Amino acid sequence: MSASEDRLKGFLVRALAGDAAAYHRFLVELGAHLRSFLRRRLARLPDEVEDLVQETLLAVHNQRHTFDAAQPLTAWVHAIARYKLVDFLRRRGRGDLLTEPLDDELDVLSTADADAAEARRDLSKLLDTLPERQRMPIVCVKVQGLSVAEAARLTGMSESAVKVAVHRGLKALAAKIRGAP
Amino acid sequence: MNTDELARLLATGADGIDPRAPVRRWALAVGAGVIAAAVLMVTWLGVRSSLVQDLGTPMFWVKFAFVAWLAVGGWVAALRLARPGARLARVPGALAAPVLVMWLLAAIALVGADADRRGELLLGQTWSACPLNIAVLSLPIFAAALWAMKGFAPTRLRWAGAAAGLFAGAAGAVVYAFHCPELAAPFLGVWYVFGMLIPTALGALIGPRVLRW
Repeated sequence: MSASEDRLKGFLVRALAGDAAAYHRFLVELGAHLRSFLRRRLARLPDEVEDLVQETLLAVHNQRHTFDAAQPLTAWVHAIARYKLVDFLRRRGRGDLLTEPLDDELDVLSTADADAAEARRDLSKLLDTLPERQRMPIVCVKVQGLSVAEAARLTGMSESAVKVAVHRGLKALAAKIRGAP
Repeated sequence: MNTDELARLLATGADGIDPRAPVRRWALAVGAGVIAAAVLMVTWLGVRSSLVQDLGTPMFWVKFAFVAWLAVGGWVAALRLARPGARLARVPGALAAPVLVMWLLAAIALVGADADRRGELLLGQTWSACPLNIAVLSLPIFAAALWAMKGFAPTRLRWAGAAAGLFAGAAGAVVYAFHCPELAAPFLGVWYVFGMLIPTALGALIGPRVLRW
C-alpha cells in the first residue's frame, strides 16, 4: 500500500467522524488522484476526464457511508471510479473508447495530477435545475457556508429537513448527470 | 464549475456519518422480511402439526443447519457486495460447502436404500410444491434485501442481486422448514436447492436494473 493510501484514509476516517477540514483535503487530493487514474483510462477522450472526475467525487460524497475503515481505501475508490467510468461509456454507447492501461493493477492512489480544471458540464448550472426545496438548502449550507440552524431560519424549514434536503439534493444532482449526458 | 470548487462545496457543512446506520438498515430489512415471510407461512400454509416430534429427529436439525448456514452465508455475501470494492474472499466456498455435504448425504442415502424406495427419497410427498413455496415465502425477504442494498452502492450489480436473492431464498427456506414435512437428504439436495435458486436467478436477472445508482 502506498503512503498516500494511509494519508488519504486518515483524512477520510476523520471526515466521517465530522471533521469538515479533513474532508476538504481528502476531496482535493482524491480529485488529483482520480484525474490521473481516469486520464490513463480515457486517453482518447481527454475533454471528458474532468467531468468524470467531478462525477466520481460526487459519487464518493454521496456513498461515503459505504466506506468500511477495515477495507483498503484504494479498492473502494477504484470500484466507484470504475463504476462511474463504465456508466459513462455506456451512456455514450461506445465501449471501444475505453483505454485499458497495462498498469491496471497499480494503486489508484499511486499517482496524482493536481491541475483541477473546469469541467465541460457545469455542475452549478445543473444545481439550478433542482427543485427549490432542495436547491435553497444546498446554496445556503454548501455554497454560502451557513450553519444548518441559520439555513433553517432562512428557509423556514426545520433543521432536520434542511439536512435531508441537502442530502437528497446531492443525490438528485448525481441522478441528473446520469439522466442527461 | 472548477473541481476545487466542487470539493469545497461537498466538504462545506458535511456532517459525520453514523457508523451504526448501515447495520440498522440491514437489521430492519432482515427483521421485517423474515417476519412477513413467517406470517405468510402461518396464514397460507400453517405450521406442521408434527413439528414438536420432529425436534427430536437429528435430520430435522441437519436440514435446519443446512438452510440457516446458507442464509447466513448469503447475507454475508450481500453485505460485502453492497459496498464498492469489498472482496468476497472465502464466502463462495462457505456457500458451496453445505450444498456439497447435503449431496454427499443424499448419495449415501440413495446408495443405501432399496431400489424401489429411491424414488420416494428423491420426490417425497411434496416435490411439486416445495420449490415454488420456498420462492413465494422468500419474496418479502427478497424485496427487503433489495431495499437495504439500495441504501448502499453495489458496483457488481448482477452478483449483488444474486446474493440478495440467495439470502432471501435460504431465509425463506428456513421459514418453510416449519411447514415442510420432508426430511430426506436427496429431497433437500434437489428441491430445496432448486427453490433457493429461483430468487437467486431472479436477483441476477433484475439486479442490473433495480440496483443501479
